[in-house]
Amino acid sequence: MDQFSSYPVLTVLTFWPLAAALLLAFVKTDSAVRVVTLIASLIELLLAIPLVGFKAQSGFQFLESIPWAAWGLSYTMGVDGISILMIWLSILTLPMCVLCSWTYIGRRIKEFHVCLLLMTTACVGVFSALDLVLFYVFWEALLIPMYLMIAIWGGDQRRYASIKFFLYTLAGSTLLLVAIVALRIVSGTFSIPELMQANFSFKFQYWIFLAFFIAFAIKVPMFPFHTWLPAAHVQAPSAGSVILAAVLLKMGTYGFLRFSLPICPAASASFAPMMIAISIASILYGGAVALGQKDIKKLIAYSSVAHMGFVTLGIFLFTQEGINGAIFQMLNHGIITGALFMLIGAVYERSHSREIENNLGLGKYLPAFMFFWGLFGLASFGFPGTNGFVGEFIIIMAAFKVSNVVGFLTIPGALLSAAYILKVTLKMAWGQPASPQGKSWLDLKKKEWAYLIVPAALVVYLGLAPSGLLGLIGPSVKDTADDFAARRNLVNVIEVTSVKGEPEGKIYEEDLLLTSSKTPVASEEVN
Amino acid sequence: MEGLNFSFGHIWPEVIFLAMVLLLFAGAMSRSAAFAKSMIKLCPVAAIIAAITAAATTDADAVMFFGSYRIDGMSQFFKILVALGYTVAWFNTITQTTVEEERKSDYYVFLTLSAFGLLLLSSAAELVAVYLAMELSSYSLYILIPARTRSKQAAEAGLKYILFGAAATALALYGLSFIIATHHVTTIKDLALLDWSMADSALAVVGLTLFLGGMFFKLALFPFHFWCPDVYQGSGNETAAYVATLPKLGAVIVLIRLATFLTPGEALTDILAILAAVSITYGNLCALAQKDLKRMLGFSSVAHAGYILVGLVPGTAEGLAAAAFYAMAYILMNLLCFWIISRIATDGRNLCYEDLNGLSARSPLLALALLMGAFSLVGLPPTVGFIGKLWLITSAWGHGYDWLVIVVCVNTAIAIFYYLSLVRHSYTEENIPVGGAQSLVLDKSALSQGGALVLGLLVFILGVLPGPVWNLVLSASQTLLP
Repeated sequence: MDQFSSYPVLTVLTFWPLAAALLLAFVKTDSAVRVVTLIASLIELLLAIPLVGFKAQSGFQFLESIPWAAWGLSYTMGVDGISILMIWLSILTLPMCVLCSWTYIGRRIKEFHVCLLLMTTACVGVFSALDLVLFYVFWEALLIPMYLMIAIWGGDQRRYASIKFFLYTLAGSTLLLVAIVALRIVSGTFSIPELMQANFSFKFQYWIFLAFFIAFAIKVPMFPFHTWLPAAHVQAPSAGSVILAAVLLKMGTYGFLRFSLPICPAASASFAPMMIAISIASILYGGAVALGQKDIKKLIAYSSVAHMGFVTLGIFLFTQEGINGAIFQMLNHGIITGALFMLIGAVYERSHSREIENNLGLGKYLPAFMFFWGLFGLASFGFPGTNGFVGEFIIIMAAFKVSNVVGFLTIPGALLSAAYILKVTLKMAWGQPASPQGKSWLDLKKKEWAYLIVPAALVVYLGLAPSGLLGLIGPSVKDTADDFAARRNLVNVIEVTSVKGEPEGKIYEEDLLLTSSKTPVASEEVN
Repeated sequence: MEGLNFSFGHIWPEVIFLAMVLLLFAGAMSRSAAFAKSMIKLCPVAAIIAAITAAATTDADAVMFFGSYRIDGMSQFFKILVALGYTVAWFNTITQTTVEEERKSDYYVFLTLSAFGLLLLSSAAELVAVYLAMELSSYSLYILIPARTRSKQAAEAGLKYILFGAAATALALYGLSFIIATHHVTTIKDLALLDWSMADSALAVVGLTLFLGGMFFKLALFPFHFWCPDVYQGSGNETAAYVATLPKLGAVIVLIRLATFLTPGEALTDILAILAAVSITYGNLCALAQKDLKRMLGFSSVAHAGYILVGLVPGTAEGLAAAAFYAMAYILMNLLCFWIISRIATDGRNLCYEDLNGLSARSPLLALALLMGAFSLVGLPPTVGFIGKLWLITSAWGHGYDWLVIVVCVNTAIAIFYYLSLVRHSYTEENIPVGGAQSLVLDKSALSQGGALVLGLLVFILGVLPGPVWNLVLSASQTLLP
């Protein structure tokens, strides 16, 4: 247990940004604030070096645990293959956000950077918390800086968008809290690893799944719950959109993987058709609506709905490939969409408009910009050789393995994404601008190169050599899938016993813990 | 144990407050303004000493005055809260402009007397003693509320409070007579051993319900809340800060003591649960429509009264502890919000949302503290409001009132809108209305900033590290249960 000894890397990663935010209170000038935040974000990356030692094995690593407060709350942190990539994504996003806000954010600079740092604290915390209440604390704490970021530095309709964002996500997570409390009372623990092993009755799982579903589906966002996303994305400042797309949306899919599947496997299995249907609806609807957008940012926002549909689809196929693809696609979407939003921020600084109409013919004036746009655009619709291809391909393949119908239904989604990305890219690169104002625009500056080159390198690297990362997450994914396969049949147990009307069947109807020893016997009866 | 059992060692907080009342009274009577002023200045020191003496005796368990006065962990916890809350309220009132200079010494006499009544109430373990202590604290409030100079609204608020208070008191007394007629005892300890099912002793249950009505009035629980928004709105900001917080503590401690003989499933418990649910929902819905900040906080306190009640429903030590903890959280975040309001309205006016516009630019610290207070009132982490709510619902789940937990949580989504408006106006609105409070000079003195900082930090720290306080209230409530 060498991870225990040396240095609490997750705690440091979580709270260093908070400490840096406090430090900012003593920084006087605006440019110093930017520099200090940038340095702090680079230090955060350095502090994360021990995470490179993450081993491709199952179970949680870098564990830290101390009792926190009464009632069995504990401060437990740890990472496994499901969360490690998200943590890397969160801390990689921070310096890029600082750089892309360098000239974009012109007022209340100190508050802005404090918000950025606080968000990083909450993001890293969400993905490394192994105690339900701790998770919930970070989950909700993220809302506050995100709300402020949209509400203060957003566009014209920022108040509307920020309140919509807050109301939607908060309304979703109210029932999450109820579920957490119910889990605590029924199982006696807030500890996530313990809950992941617990076998609950189907009725209990059913309600817990629904509570989780509302919280996570709003966060993802899945099709009928997505309306906050375009508003928030369009109004948020560039860095806000980047964090929203790269990290915040992943919290929903992470929640499905971390909680829904292991804690309520039987309910997940029974809800799977609905989940797959909603995922496909998200893919098709997101793609179709994106095709009709005139606002570039809105287009990318709707494309997020579609891409996240692929992720939830992969998760609810319950196969190793599907989950592998889902996690990989979570990372991809974070990198690609984050980068696209930074590019939109860059072009907005030049043209002061997000309309496609006002950003035509950029290929002539901003070749470097269009190079990056093209690269990330290709990656976004899954062009071979980019990371987007790998993720989407794995998920579509997994979908075909499970059911041909599901597989075929995803194909139009992939086509649609090519259509809307190519449409907007075509216009931006070769369109005829109404006025030749673009002549005066300067191509990418050094800072913009700096924050674009990293995701660009990742896009190509992960597209050509994905096996390293897939190997890293493999064991945890295999565990999740195997564990799920072993315990999903609980649903049949209860249905059969209650249908037969056996007297002991009534026991299962109460919200009791089922002993795991009963499971295999009973499921054999079914089969 | 029946006997006088008098010992000074256990009642230092009460003795100190009583001495303070007498000294303030002497100051108010004397011709020397300097003497009166110095007496007023002595108050916070005395209150802090009282809090320390209460804190030193949290492990005490003594019964005095023939079983009517009980010193235990819970009573001492509430005495600490009353004494510290009084200190904050005192610092809040010291700069107020709406009370005339010559009335100030009287003002503090009654403020302190009311707090003294609350200290007695914390320890009262017998229904008649409860009644007397409650009246002592209420009568002082009847005088404090209309103290806002030349304000018809304040007079109206004062009158309303007296009328409602009198009706509620009559109700409580009427109920008390039923209890005595049925059970022939009045000490809570003896009553707890008796039967409280509707089938066997209906009269006593009706009596207790009426008696609880008196407490609900103090707590401003639906449907006894009608005075609350009007009184908040009518009384001065600083007075409202006091009325909104400490007297509620008195009601909560009594309810906690009485709740020891409630068990889930009884008619009375069901009534509590239903009142809690209705109060929460009604308070939040009404608060949505308010424009005046104090009125909004008035309705929000109706909702919070309901939250506190959630802890009394399950009849467990955890539930009682959660209610006590949430009562602390409640006064903390309300004192914080009223502190900010009082600092902005330096001329004593009532504020509406627009008056907060641009606050974050004028004073980042006050805006940040208000943000903490608002999010704590919603129950968002990492604040004391969240952890308090978490414990309330954790204690309530699994005792047959799961629906109540869901009502509590869903209400968070309703409440967020109007609390968020506080943040929205102070952070994102730039257009400043003519004649708004922005034309006033913001109180940016060291006292103002320091108070906001301390209260804001407390909201945060108790939300992150609630362990010690929780253990204190939990062990206190374990000794309460028979």
